[in-house]
Amino acid sequence: MDLRFTGEEIAFRDEVRSFIADSLPGDILSRTKAGEYADKDDMIRWTRILNEKGWGAPHWPVEFGGTGWGPMKQYIYLEELQKFPAPSPLPFGTNMVGPVIYTFGNEAQKKHYLPRILNLDDWWCQGFSEPGSGSDLASLKTKAIRNGDHFVVNGQKTWTTLAQFADWIFCLVRTSSEGKKQEGISFLLVDMKTPGIDVRPIATIDGGREVNEVFFTDVRVPIENLVGEENHGWDYAKFLLGNERVNIARVGYSKQRIARIRELASMEMSGGRPLIEDRKFREKLAAIEIDLKALEMTQLRVVAAEAKRGNTGRPDPASSILKIKGSEIQQATTSLLMDVMGPYAMPLQHLAGEGSNEPSIGPDYAGHAAPGYFNYRKVSIYGGTNEIQKNIIAKAVLGL
Amino acid sequence: MDFDLSEEQSMLKDALSRLLSDKYDFDSRNQVLAGQEGWSLDMWTRLAEMGLMALPFAEADGGLDGGPVDQMIVMEELGRALSLEPFFGTIVLGGAALRLAGSGQQRAALVPQLADGSLKMAVAHTERHSRYDLNHVETTAHKTGDGAILNGGKSVVLDGDCADKIFVTARTGGDVRDRQGIGLFLIDAGAKGVTRRGYANQDGRRAAELTLENVVAEDVYGDPDDALPVIEWIAEQAIAALAAEAIGVMSVMHEITTEYLKERKQFGVPIGAFQVLQHKAVDMFIALEQARSITMYATMMADNDDADERSRAMAAAKVEIGRAGRVCGENAIQLHGGVGMTMEYSVGHYFKRMTMIDKTFGDADCHIERLAAMGGLFGQ
Repeated sequence: MDLRFTGEEIAFRDEVRSFIADSLPGDILSRTKAGEYADKDDMIRWTRILNEKGWGAPHWPVEFGGTGWGPMKQYIYLEELQKFPAPSPLPFGTNMVGPVIYTFGNEAQKKHYLPRILNLDDWWCQGFSEPGSGSDLASLKTKAIRNGDHFVVNGQKTWTTLAQFADWIFCLVRTSSEGKKQEGISFLLVDMKTPGIDVRPIATIDGGREVNEVFFTDVRVPIENLVGEENHGWDYAKFLLGNERVNIARVGYSKQRIARIRELASMEMSGGRPLIEDRKFREKLAAIEIDLKALEMTQLRVVAAEAKRGNTGRPDPASSILKIKGSEIQQATTSLLMDVMGPYAMPLQHLAGEGSNEPSIGPDYAGHAAPGYFNYRKVSIYGGTNEIQKNIIAKAVLGL
Repeated sequence: MDFDLSEEQSMLKDALSRLLSDKYDFDSRNQVLAGQEGWSLDMWTRLAEMGLMALPFAEADGGLDGGPVDQMIVMEELGRALSLEPFFGTIVLGGAALRLAGSGQQRAALVPQLADGSLKMAVAHTERHSRYDLNHVETTAHKTGDGAILNGGKSVVLDGDCADKIFVTARTGGDVRDRQGIGLFLIDAGAKGVTRRGYANQDGRRAAELTLENVVAEDVYGDPDDALPVIEWIAEQAIAALAAEAIGVMSVMHEITTEYLKERKQFGVPIGAFQVLQHKAVDMFIALEQARSITMYATMMADNDDADERSRAMAAAKVEIGRAGRVCGENAIQLHGGVGMTMEYSVGHYFKRMTMIDKTFGDADCHIERLAAMGGLFGQ
């Protein structure tokens, strides 16, 4: 047992760090640092810089444009991006549909879609959830009926993140009502420009626009856009959802938030001195740090086990807790960051970069504090709520 | 980065685990607990024969050259068995004092006696008003040439009732809470002027109250005027060991609770079918795995000679262990219901040990305050 990074890993970390420092445009850095929302142009610019370097999707197999890095290097890479903070690669293409295509898709699909994902030529969004199908995803109702060389899709998807920017959506659709509900589902790739698709924003409590409803009315999708076999989509969906283990805990992100809390708490005053000098505040921050250090080691245990065993076997039991603890810690940081702002958490401000030239009320970093707190309530809900995660652990790990 | 045990370490773990499950099951342990000594000389001898007492010492001193990972393995297994033997006082604390503060000559004199199990030791640091502060020392050491005469009292000296020799912290100068002016002295437990009152703690482990009246110290370890840094390091190595023991204790609590949820039926179904209880069991699992992770981190830092970095790490580990221990222990009792409250059933014994681990070398509240005062874990 040796829990230090090897010399090679340290050299790699420094290489990533200096590449980010040299390549990340300053205006993007200032926005990620402030905790602003993803901007389409920022994402495209940054993704292309990474892709140019060959780092568009490091975890992909080399033949499709990956780097051949093992799990530890992949982890270090993502952690450095988050800590810097640079935008993390858009997950819908590189983590979700990309691996499904190179694992289950045909040659034509691989050839067409994969390079476009790497370069963010196509912005993908995820069409899984429906109004009646949240945690019980397999109950989805959006129908695709075969009609000659097309499927005709009718139904509604919801919680579709950043669909307003998307060129393509990958959808789970019902192609059969026979047998178990999991057995009649197919995995379809749909061009967002197809007639009959209507995207409507969902206003969320943080005041931002991240999620949407996507309506499908007689949308004609060519049959060559079916991935894998008809009625086997549930298998591909399970593969997709189980795929992301290397960085699910988002340790780098939380480290960056902690650094930010420390920075802002030394500028905000409380009781006539910087808030960071307040004993109770420091204890709150230390409590998050301790939890995060434990989580970092848990994440590294999972990564090291995966590096040893390859990506194929059963995940380490510890991996199931990464989503739960990771989300709790992310929420704790956004909560404490809001607390740092005191009364300046209150004013509803037009956020920088959203077309307002009005001076900010209070310090210019105050406007994002409460929205960030509100927004991050989502992390214990998406990808399977923390309660669902506990059900999974109870069954799969504890055998209850 | 490598989380795996070496082949030798796996063998050590298996052998120790086998010995304890063969000879030290719950009923045998209860008999030991009810006995006169409160611990088993037979088991002590077996542990020594296995080489555990020699493990943490350098080969040159008569040891087996083990490191913090070996200590982690041993402590986790002793935790699983709720071992009552004076290993913590003798090898974890006494051994650390010898390794970190002892000269070559001092080590040469005592390591062989520790290694064969013939010598039992303890470290006496707690006083009536010290709470968890190692720098709060009222016991005095009056220097006489190259020796010292000790006066004062020490409390809750772990494994102090059977120890043959005891390390005592005492003040050679300065005020009661000064960091300077503290020395580490070795006394013979039978020396003139030593009054010892032995007793059992809540968890069945043994301890003692010591009164020292003009006791002539047998030896001085380290700088008699500036031994606090090394005393802190000894305590920090003990924290890493306690964390590993706690992992053993929590693992068993989690295992037997999960089993109980599968066996116990109410309303015609195993109670583990109820989601409310499942989630509590998962909370225990998460706490255990997070504690295991931070224990690995603490183990990695135990030998680190950067005192600042090491102190932060150990404070963090002690907080996580204390908090995780509560989650595991309190839920273990709750999920068992009434039977968890009985002395006849094992889970309560684990809960009691876990609770006392939190009180050893600083509880979670104490260490989070320390860590916050040091500027946190990740620094500026």
